Amino acid sequence: MPLLPPRWRLTLIVLAALCVPIASGVVWLFLTGTFDRVHGLIPVRSPSLDNWRFLWQSVGGRPPVHVAIVNSLVFAVLVASLEVVIASMAAYAISRMSFPGRRLYLGFVLVLHAFPAVSLIIAIFYILRLLGLFDTLTGVILVKAALELPLGIWLMKGFFDTLSWEMEMAALVDGMSRWRLFWKVAMPLVRPGLLALGTFALLSAWGEFILPYTLIVSSQRTLMSSYLQTFLTEGYSDFGMVAAVGVVYALPVVAIFLVGQRYLLNIYGGGVKG
Amino acid sequence: MKGIALRLEGLTKHFGRVVALQALDLDVRAGEMVAFLGPSGCGKTTTLLMIAGIYQPTAGAIYFADRRVDHLHPRDRDVGMVFQSYALYPHLTIFENIAFPLRLKGLRGNELASKVRQSAELLGIAHLLERRPGQVSGGQQQRAALARALVKEPQVLLLDEPLSNLDAQIRLQARGEIRRLQLDLGVTSVLVTHDQAEALAMADRVAVFSLGELQQFASPDELYTRPANTFVAGFVGHPPMNLIRGTFADGAFTSNGLKIPVPFRLPPAGGGTLGMRPEDLVVGGPIRGRVVVVEPLGRQVLVTVDAAGSTLTMLTNVRPSVGETVAVGVNSARLHLFDAGGRRVEAAA
Repeated sequence: MPLLPPRWRLTLIVLAALCVPIASGVVWLFLTGTFDRVHGLIPVRSPSLDNWRFLWQSVGGRPPVHVAIVNSLVFAVLVASLEVVIASMAAYAISRMSFPGRRLYLGFVLVLHAFPAVSLIIAIFYILRLLGLFDTLTGVILVKAALELPLGIWLMKGFFDTLSWEMEMAALVDGMSRWRLFWKVAMPLVRPGLLALGTFALLSAWGEFILPYTLIVSSQRTLMSSYLQTFLTEGYSDFGMVAAVGVVYALPVVAIFLVGQRYLLNIYGGGVKG
Repeated sequence: MKGIALRLEGLTKHFGRVVALQALDLDVRAGEMVAFLGPSGCGKTTTLLMIAGIYQPTAGAIYFADRRVDHLHPRDRDVGMVFQSYALYPHLTIFENIAFPLRLKGLRGNELASKVRQSAELLGIAHLLERRPGQVSGGQQQRAALARALVKEPQVLLLDEPLSNLDAQIRLQARGEIRRLQLDLGVTSVLVTHDQAEALAMADRVAVFSLGELQQFASPDELYTRPANTFVAGFVGHPPMNLIRGTFADGAFTSNGLKIPVPFRLPPAGGGTLGMRPEDLVVGGPIRGRVVVVEPLGRQVLVTVDAAGSTLTMLTNVRPSVGETVAVGVNSARLHLFDAGGRRVEAAA
């Protein structure tokens, strides 16, 4: 590592200062979860595992935490898979094919991307009720995947746009159908995009709160975000345990991010080099 | 590999309101190499992509021998194609790239491997089979693309600007190799290029396109010595032919103050264009002009002369100085005459 030039040091100090509130939040989360009592950021009592007891026993009539964790994992993985597959197909069609209404569709996708999804929540509630999907993981997975699709489509369109037409022509001349070409040539070449979108979708689904909170009521189908929320609503909040649950909830995010951050960078880098 | 004849009948392609190709009739003989030559946007690549099956013709028919193919999917046409960018699959090794069309035909195991190896040896890239396209040079990528196109022993080989991404040195070499290979295999081939030197050097016959229409389809010699119209005359040949608009009358051609004797009877008298190749102009003759530019080309000198308002370029062995007045003569046996519509007029003796 080369030494930073002096004028960079000031920049770094300013940036570090701006990070203090977020960093202290993380530190608080960890300390509050680990120690019996904390004043500000200073632990005043001995460390204890009492705040972590939700890990091995049900707390206050809630389902065991592993139920919420498994539900959240299933939710995040399925949402991400659906999103990656459907967004890729839609994006390929938009990027490569001409069909009636293509421009209109492009416009719609853009508007939907900017649309505040929460404002649809009542309508979604009625539709899921109608379809018998209210209070099911399937229902909330479909809704979340659908709401995330516009972003995914735009992102993947950017990746497909960078593929060379000549390569697709070559594949057709070599004897491929368009469908096989999509899976065997186009998809492997946008792999950086698929990984980026997959990581992004996993993170977004893992962190989703409003949809599962509104569309799932059974405690057996609760997700981590709703599970955490239950610790906050009853008159007295046990902040120690809230913090401990928060740490558990946040750990997978850190893990996904550590694995996936280089893919996420591709969202802005874009494209494949041949 | 046995060549087949290729026939295009009234082939037309519209993109929306743009006419990319207008009613093209063309016959390619079995085993022949034909070049499509023209500036960009002239319809040559569009035609090639219709032969390949990438584009659907708006009208017209394409025949491979007696089989009509214009409604067929590319995979059912049996064509091999080399692209300007080579279009190798970057995520596959050279071996897998060449094997790709064979795998799609259902070939497996030893038969597949031996065909790939054979094709790679033909192109001299057998030692590169385990590399990826990004790890070999442009010339080697081009050979790999050619191997991929030839490995399935296609009925028709299509080459879309296959040399334009190569360095000038390798290009000359690759030009000869592709032609030699094509002759050896006897595969009917279509080469699309904007480079006339490439077209003239490689092809048995050249089709010159402009603005979606075929201008002339003839052998390289014929194109050069008897261009069918002013477009071909100006496009084929380097440095380009001098084309001067004026009038024909009384055994002479007149343009502004320039008067050139034309020693034969002129069918339709009146407006037209006189064409003179730079190498058919000589120092010493009836035309007087002032030297504007002198460009040494090595063996010869390209001299630009202003003659009474008309610009003439000539290839000479003498080197006049700029500003000097020179006398220019014309080899009148090699004059090209075009009527007011730009079509060639044969001079009657």
